[in-house]
Amino acid sequence: MKLSREEVLHIAKLARIELREDEIEKFREQLSEILNFVEKLNELDTEGIDPKFSVVPPENVLREDVPGLSLPREKTFMNAPETDGEFFIVPKVVKK
Amino acid sequence: MELLNRSLRELHSLIKRKELKPSELVEAVLKRIEETEEKLNAYITVTDEKARRKAKIADEELTKLSEDEVPELFGIPLSIKDNINVENVRMTCASKILENFVSPYDATVTKRLRERGAIFVGKNNLDEFAMGSSTETSYFGVTRNPWDLERVPGGSSGGSAAAVSARSALASLGSDTGGSIRQPAAFCGVVGLKPTYGRVSRYGLTAFASSLDQIGPITKTVEDAAYLLNIISGQDSRDATSAKIPVPNFLDALNGEVKGLKAGLPKEYFVEGVDPEVKERVLKVAELLEKSGVSVEEVSLPNTKYAVETYYIIAPAEASSNLGRYDGVRYTYRAKEYKDLVDMYCKTRAEGFGDEVKRRIMIGTYTLSAGYYDAYYLKAQKVRTLIYQGFQNAFEKVDFLITPVTPETAFRIGEKTDDPIKMYLSDIFTIAVNLAGLPGISVPCGFDSKGLPVGVQLIGRAFDEETILKVADFVEKELKLNTVPEL
Repeated sequence: MKLSREEVLHIAKLARIELREDEIEKFREQLSEILNFVEKLNELDTEGIDPKFSVVPPENVLREDVPGLSLPREKTFMNAPETDGEFFIVPKVVKK
Repeated sequence: MELLNRSLRELHSLIKRKELKPSELVEAVLKRIEETEEKLNAYITVTDEKARRKAKIADEELTKLSEDEVPELFGIPLSIKDNINVENVRMTCASKILENFVSPYDATVTKRLRERGAIFVGKNNLDEFAMGSSTETSYFGVTRNPWDLERVPGGSSGGSAAAVSARSALASLGSDTGGSIRQPAAFCGVVGLKPTYGRVSRYGLTAFASSLDQIGPITKTVEDAAYLLNIISGQDSRDATSAKIPVPNFLDALNGEVKGLKAGLPKEYFVEGVDPEVKERVLKVAELLEKSGVSVEEVSLPNTKYAVETYYIIAPAEASSNLGRYDGVRYTYRAKEYKDLVDMYCKTRAEGFGDEVKRRIMIGTYTLSAGYYDAYYLKAQKVRTLIYQGFQNAFEKVDFLITPVTPETAFRIGEKTDDPIKMYLSDIFTIAVNLAGLPGISVPCGFDSKGLPVGVQLIGRAFDEETILKVADFVEKELKLNTVPEL
């Protein structure tokens, strides 16, 4: 199996990663190789086997609902690329 | 140098008896970092000023403490892999996208070490977001193996392993998602322990593949690993996957009493493709144990050959979700020019991530996308069940397993960078342990004819780190290898 150029662009779009022209072909090759590699799993019959999403038993972890401190505002925003100290600022999404 | 070869327990005892000042020890480590960094590049950030300041305070405090009041890491300098948060210190995850990120808080492990008096000297290099097996994907340049500077230290915790080996760190914490503690430990001739999934809180560890990630110690000796595991283990309300299981004193397990234990040699780990020298050294360990009263039998882990494939579906899938947060809004890096919000996301991630991270995010995105989920992700999780059951069956017969850590010793820088799959296969013997959530330890067991260290991996039952620590300590003491590289 080999991914098409359109499929690579579609994956990149879903992943929110812009690809340069020369990257499209490179990743097309490499991603196809990786997908062919993992396809070996199809040799195995897994009919009737339950998936193991985690090795931890699926139990609820509960605790008392006690109020506590959360991260202070200045810490929350200390790594923001753009902030006014109260909000993360992003490019406008609503068109006039 | 002599001081830097001492165990944590010895250093603690020197400090508490006031025969050694924290500032002397911190200076010794900082001096060693200065001597070795140009060759190794094991650190991304060295917090020398902070460490000196803390050491000075510790010197003073020490004068007021009686011997038994001195906590077990008081004044002892440690380093931390740069994907674990240390408050107010830069944490890059070896990525351009986090080049200027400063940790707003301590990880639980960091906090626990700090509470016992540890002083942090710096943050160790790694593969970008811990994705790699050689530390070559770091945005901050490759770390070199202290045994041969032309070779990789392994990865992803390559900086931690190289630093501990070169004695530019007394001990370090790493993280292990598919072998990232054990494989570099083997390549650098040090001890690396991946605890059971759930043994150590992961709060404050930058998430890569959440169902597999675990923090653990990288140390000079097994005793040091047990010493640190005692401190970092235990349930944490901030990590719901941390287990409510009592933490024993792991140092008590190091009593040499291996007689009567049952060891298994999984035949699938000694197949063609494993370097004969590696195989020989590992089997020597089995022989040694057998002579010491351990019964050794062959066991089978039939689905071992599917472990790497299973991992390279599950880990990228989880990574594609975990790394969604680096979008130019909250975590420092944002592209300079863009048309709109979505374009800002796409450009920020295009500029900020390296190739291996992009590959994994895209693979994960694909295998989780509509129409492919069942064929890839669900299928892999079913195979994971089979791999898990394989271990369960083996542990009905034996107490622990003996395997190589890696199929070969440290490879050359650049040897595998053009071929992702070749790189992935270097984790073939460590990955299944993460898929099954088990504890595994890598201990030096000899050298190959090139003079490079070989590691043996001991795998235990879930939450039975004691057995593998006991056996690892026994092996280490019997072999008495000189694991200090000439540098």
